[in-house]
Amino acid sequence: MADPILVVENLHVRGGGREILRGINLSMDAGSIHAVMGPNGSGKSTLARVLSGHPEYEVTAGTVRYKGQDLLAMDPETRAREGIFMAFQYPVEIPGVNNTYFLKAALNAVRAYRGQGELDAMDFMTVARERMRQLDMDEALLTRSVNEGFSGGEKKRNEIFQMAVLEPALAILDETDSGLDIDALKIVASGVNAMRSPDRAMLLVTHYQRLLNYIVPDVVHVLSDGLILRSGGKELALELEERGYGWIEGSRASQGASGSSEAAAR
Amino acid sequence: METLTNGFVAEAERLADERGAGDPAWLVRARRAALDRFAALGLPTTRDEEWRFTSVAPIAETRFALPRDGAAGIGPEDVGAFQWAGERTATLVFVNGHYAAHLSTPGREGRGVVIDTLAASVARGAVDVERQFGRGVGSGGHAFTALNTAFAADGAMVAVPDGVVVDAPIHLLFLSTGRETMAHPRVLIDMGANSQATVVETYRALGAERSLTNAVTEIAAGEGAVLQHYRVQAEADTAFHVGGIYARAARSASLACWSIGLGGALTRNDVVAVLDGEGASCTLNGVYVVDGTRVADNHTAIDHAQPHCSSREVYKGVLDGRSRAVFNGKIIVRPDAQKTDAKQTNRALLLSEDARINTKPQLEIFANDVKCTHGAAVGQVDDEAIFYLRARGLDERQARRLLIRAFAGDVLGQIPLEPLRAHFERAFASRLPEPQP
Repeated sequence: MADPILVVENLHVRGGGREILRGINLSMDAGSIHAVMGPNGSGKSTLARVLSGHPEYEVTAGTVRYKGQDLLAMDPETRAREGIFMAFQYPVEIPGVNNTYFLKAALNAVRAYRGQGELDAMDFMTVARERMRQLDMDEALLTRSVNEGFSGGEKKRNEIFQMAVLEPALAILDETDSGLDIDALKIVASGVNAMRSPDRAMLLVTHYQRLLNYIVPDVVHVLSDGLILRSGGKELALELEERGYGWIEGSRASQGASGSSEAAAR
Repeated sequence: METLTNGFVAEAERLADERGAGDPAWLVRARRAALDRFAALGLPTTRDEEWRFTSVAPIAETRFALPRDGAAGIGPEDVGAFQWAGERTATLVFVNGHYAAHLSTPGREGRGVVIDTLAASVARGAVDVERQFGRGVGSGGHAFTALNTAFAADGAMVAVPDGVVVDAPIHLLFLSTGRETMAHPRVLIDMGANSQATVVETYRALGAERSLTNAVTEIAAGEGAVLQHYRVQAEADTAFHVGGIYARAARSASLACWSIGLGGALTRNDVVAVLDGEGASCTLNGVYVVDGTRVADNHTAIDHAQPHCSSREVYKGVLDGRSRAVFNGKIIVRPDAQKTDAKQTNRALLLSEDARINTKPQLEIFANDVKCTHGAAVGQVDDEAIFYLRARGLDERQARRLLIRAFAGDVLGQIPLEPLRAHFERAFASRLPEPQP
C-alpha cells in the first residue's frame, strides 16, 4: 500500500494566547476524503489554517508530514506549489486585482515551481471557461476584482473554481458549505465530486452533516476542544446529526482525554 | 515679510523691466497686480491653515533663477520616452517654461480648434486669451498662484469651439532642466458648448537637479462640454512642484481632473472646481506615491454653486519611508445647490511606520436637500490578503507588489482611454517602492 499523503501526529497549536489544538492525530491516503466535524470553537478551522501555513498560529508540538516531507517547515506558498489548496472559510476581497490576473499568476507560480512553462492567456482562458461552466459560474466574475462584491455563494464557488484550475493533490475545504443555500451547495458539491480522483485527497471541515449528503467521505472525525474524540465511517456523521455533538462530548469522560483517533480507516 | 518674498519679487521686477513695452497693457496690469498681491501675502507658512502641514521653507531658502531657455541640446529622442503609444492630436513641449518648437508637433486639427502657446496667442492679440486669463483663478488662489501670474509669459492655450469633438488627446509636456531653475507655466483651456477633448499635462525633468515648477491651469467648460484633464507630475525627486487647477463648469458640463503624482521632493497641488450650472458634474481623481522624505500635499475644493450637480472624488496615496502626505478635500454646497450629490473618498496605504498622512475632509453645506458622503481610511497592506495570495502560490514579495499596485489600480483602471490608462499604470507601477519581505 502506498504511503499516506498526510500524516499529522500529536499536533499541538497555540493561537490568540491559548492552546487550540491539543494533540491531533490524522492520517490520510491519497485519493481519500476525510471530514472533520465539530462544534464552533472546537479547533477545526484552526487545523485547516495550520495545514495551509497561516502565520498567526504557533505549533508547539507534533509533526505533519505531507508526501513524506516536513510540512511545517514549508512557507505557505511552498505548500501551495507542492499541491496543497485550502478553500477559505472567508475568502478575502482584493479590490483592484482582477480575478483572471490573480488566478493566472497563481497557476503560473505553481507551474514554474514544477518546472512547467507558463500557460499563455488563450490556454488559460480555455481552462478557466471550462471550469466555470462546471460550477455554473457567471463568466463576468472573471473580469471582476477578486471576490469584491461577490455574494457569499459566489465567493465559495470562486474558491472551488480556483481549486479546479490549480488541481491540488490535497484540498482542504474550510466550511465551504457554510452560508450556502441548498442549490448553491449542490453546485459546489458537484464541482468537488467532479474533482475526486485517486491522486487527490480532500479534507472537508464542516459544522454540519448536510454537506456530507452530497460529498460522501471515507472517514469522519469528530473534533472537540482541540482533540479528535472519535473517528469512523460516513455513518458517524449521520449519528452525530441525530444525536448532536453533546453525545460525543458527553462520552469524553469515559474515554479520557486521550481520545484521539487511532489510525483512521484506510 | 520681506524675507519670504525675497528673490521672487526682485526677479519679477527685473523681468518686467526687461520685457519693456512688448506685452499688451492688460497682461502688464495683471502681472503687476499679482506681484503686489504676492508681496502682500508672502510665501505661506505653517501658521497658515491651508499650509499647516506643509512647510515651503526649502523653497524660500533657495534662489531660483528664470533661465532663458535650456532647450538647446535637447532632441526629440529625449522627449519620446514621455509619450504614450497611441494617437495624439498635438504635442506642445516646453523647456523651463519656454516653448520648444523643435520638440513639438502642433498638429493641424482645423475646425477652429486652437492649440497654441500662450506667448504666441498673446502676441497675436487673440481675444480669447485676454478673456480667459485670470478668469478661473478670479480673486482667489494662494501666493504661488499670484506668483505664477506675476511671471506669466508662456504656456498653452487650448480652445475648442462649440460642438467640436477632438478625438485624440492633446499633450502639453513641461520639462525642467538645470540647477535651481524655475518655471511658471500657465495653461488656459476653453471648452465651447458641447465640445469634447482630452488634455494631458506632463511635468518631467531632464536630469536630477533641484528646480521649481509653479504651474497654473485655468479651465472653462461651457454648457454640455466634456473635458478629460490629466496632470502627471513625475519630476526629479529633488524638485519642488506647485500646481494649481482652477476650473469652472457650466450647465451640464462634465469635467474630469486626474492627478498622478510620482516625483518631487515637495509637491503641492490645488484643484478648485466650481460647478456653476445646473446638472454640471466633476470627477476629481488622484493617485500619488511618496517615499524617502518626500512630501505630497493635495488640496481640492469642489464648489457646488447650482442645483442638481454631482461630484465624485477619489484620492489614493502610497507612502513609504519617512514621507509625508496631506489630503484636504473641501466640498462647498451653496444655499441654492439643492439635489447636490457629492461623494469623496480618501485612502492612504502606509508601507512604513515612519510615513505619515494628515487627511481632512471639509464639508460646508448650506443647502438642505443634498447627498454628501465622505470617507477616509489609512491603513497598511492587509495581512490576510497577503496570506490568501501566498496560499495560492504567490511568494510574499509578489503578493505585496500585487496588493500595492492594486491599491491604486482601481482608480487608474477607470481611465477611459486605453493607451493613456496603460501609460499611466506603467508609470505608476515603476514608481512603487520594492517591497521588503
